[in-house]
Amino acid sequence: MKQLISLLVENKAGSLMRVAGVLTSRGYNIHSLTVAKTLDPTLSSMTIVAEVSDENRPLLIKQITRLVNVVKAVDLTESQAVQRELSLIKVSRIKPEMRSALTKEAEIFRANIVDATPSHYTFEVTGSPEKIDALIELLEHYGEVEMVRSGSMAMARLPKNQLPVPSFRMDEEEEPAEAKS
Amino acid sequence: MALMTGAQILIESLAREGTDVIFGYPGGVTIPVYDVLYAHELKHILVRHEENAAFMAQGAARANGKVGVCMATSGPGATNLTTGLVDALMDSIPIVAITGQVPQALIGRDAFQEADTFGITRAATKHNYLVKDIEELSQVIHEAFYIALSGRPGPVLVDITKDVLLGKTHFHASDELRPLRGYELRLDPDEAEIEEAAAFLWEAERPCIYAGGGIITAEADQEVIEISEILGSPLVHTVMGHGCMPVDHPNYVSMLGMHGGYAANMCMSKCDTIIGLGARFDDRVTGRLDRFAPDARVLHVDVDPCEINKNRRADVGVVGDVKRVLKKLNAKLRETAEKAEAGAEARKGWHDQVMGWKAEHPYGYEKSATEIKPQFLMESINERKGDANVAVDVGQHQMWAAQYLHFNKPRRWQSSSGLGTMGFGMPAAMGAAVAKPDQMSIAICGDGGFQMALPELATIVANKLPVKIIIMNNGWLGMVRQWQDLFFEKRYSEVAMAPGFPDIPMLAAAYGMKGSTVRLPEDLGPALDEAFAEPGPFLLNVMVTREENVYPMVPAGGALDEMILGPQKPVAAGD
Repeated sequence: MKQLISLLVENKAGSLMRVAGVLTSRGYNIHSLTVAKTLDPTLSSMTIVAEVSDENRPLLIKQITRLVNVVKAVDLTESQAVQRELSLIKVSRIKPEMRSALTKEAEIFRANIVDATPSHYTFEVTGSPEKIDALIELLEHYGEVEMVRSGSMAMARLPKNQLPVPSFRMDEEEEPAEAKS
Repeated sequence: MALMTGAQILIESLAREGTDVIFGYPGGVTIPVYDVLYAHELKHILVRHEENAAFMAQGAARANGKVGVCMATSGPGATNLTTGLVDALMDSIPIVAITGQVPQALIGRDAFQEADTFGITRAATKHNYLVKDIEELSQVIHEAFYIALSGRPGPVLVDITKDVLLGKTHFHASDELRPLRGYELRLDPDEAEIEEAAAFLWEAERPCIYAGGGIITAEADQEVIEISEILGSPLVHTVMGHGCMPVDHPNYVSMLGMHGGYAANMCMSKCDTIIGLGARFDDRVTGRLDRFAPDARVLHVDVDPCEINKNRRADVGVVGDVKRVLKKLNAKLRETAEKAEAGAEARKGWHDQVMGWKAEHPYGYEKSATEIKPQFLMESINERKGDANVAVDVGQHQMWAAQYLHFNKPRRWQSSSGLGTMGFGMPAAMGAAVAKPDQMSIAICGDGGFQMALPELATIVANKLPVKIIIMNNGWLGMVRQWQDLFFEKRYSEVAMAPGFPDIPMLAAAYGMKGSTVRLPEDLGPALDEAFAEPGPFLLNVMVTREENVYPMVPAGGALDEMILGPQKPVAAGD
């Protein structure tokens, strides 16, 4: 299941590798990862969507937090958070009579046309990952689609001091991973 | 302020951190450092393989609690350190590894002896650095030592480019640490946690103290003895925990786990409260998790929050330095001593029961008048070792040593426990000999592990290190052979170590040291006496029974209370 992790890490060479390394060491597939600096240029904010089973999520957050460069890591999978992605979608081989319909459909998704030639349109769209999935599915009916996606960023809705933190006290939700023989 | 080169700043910074000795091996990019060492008082021990430099640094650190230091050149030198680094990471041993790197302009162009040390050792270290700016070198060294030693100790690697080593700047010595925003230690518990823990403990009627390597790291042996006495609780310990309590203490049970004592495993399995102190519920201890101590509540104290609730749910978890936590907890228990009465009788009955198990099922073996049994070898060493430091390699001999050797104080026992690295024993004993020259240093290896560390015989002789190396020689890769014996119908595949094994007296003589081989039980005592009395190093090859298995054994996938107690004598859950 997809885990959504938001973290704050020192903006230094190697930070990205270290965080990604904790995931890849355990064989978790990273679906997307975005990182960029914050208002404090010495700190970067990173959002990761990874394939992690429920029982491993709390431990993974702790192990990421343990990294010397990581200031804070939060599991936003079940928290209220605004999750957004950016995508550039190029549609080619559009039947000429469909071009107009295509642009109208895209409008519904608030997608902007950022490039237009006789042979293609390129749309720019932001939204939740599901919205982008839906638009891509739609556009595939109109022609040949190429696309790039930025991967999710997330902003928690809760105030900073109410964000879920990994607990080392008894915590009802925090059960250790299932025993494997 | 004088201009200093990067190499000079490096050595000065190491000296400022209290480094007494560097275990290392030079190479192209580190010659500038060796040029500084040439006229410097900082001691350097030249090894014969870099892997052993990391083990020696560990041996020193495990013996004296200070950060061990090793050094290697770029490329193959650095990669050769990797095994020793992962080993230190698994056992939480504080070492700093310094490696040279090719000049910055060449990085990424497949330069001569270039390797991505920073990338390769990311997973082998607690933290690592690539220093490309001479201005940050001394700061990085200071930080590296701090990270290596603090919280949960571990290995830290500092990779320094050659141009930094050759560069020059003004050296500003400083004891200031830059703020480490991502590294915040929680060492002290708060009052509420201590109250909760104390109340929790007074409810226990069948407590079991589970002491691990964290007790040794924190030097909390006195505190753990105290809590055991306050509660009247039996104490079991991990392989890493040897020496946390004197063996003749009335609460001492034994080591627990896959090859631990029967009473210790039953104590852990049948208790109602596990008091986990600086231990991590490793799979060698727990056996199958879904059947591990099913009735027990758990108090888990550890400095690393990742360990709490990792393998076993903690009813009460306390993150902190185990010595500090125990000091406060013991005080609170004494303060609330009126609560002791309620469970006192039950605890006394439980204590008697556990000690009854201990009396009924001691470690044991079938004695022999004609061959040296491995267990007899360990008993004989135990009788003679006194307060010596003992480092073991990995395998059957390690388990028998853990069973039959007695340690009454911390930091006299060294075992590669988490990673189980063969070739650890002899270099670890060498590091201990350097760190604590007033204590006899003994290495016990199997014939397999000995051959992995063989090159260091030269280092022993060159530095006159008075290490007593005892090879428990059964001609096999014994532990693997045991598994093949018990679970693979004796299909002994690729475990024959006897072919090609050197004549030890000849080998010792070839290196210019004393050595002998002993085969008969009546000759063993005198042979050990001779080895221990020898002022210098000694290599003693002890031919033991070829096929002997370590018991008790919790088979892989088995539950902790389902031990095999001896040949063809499986025992189900507690009598």
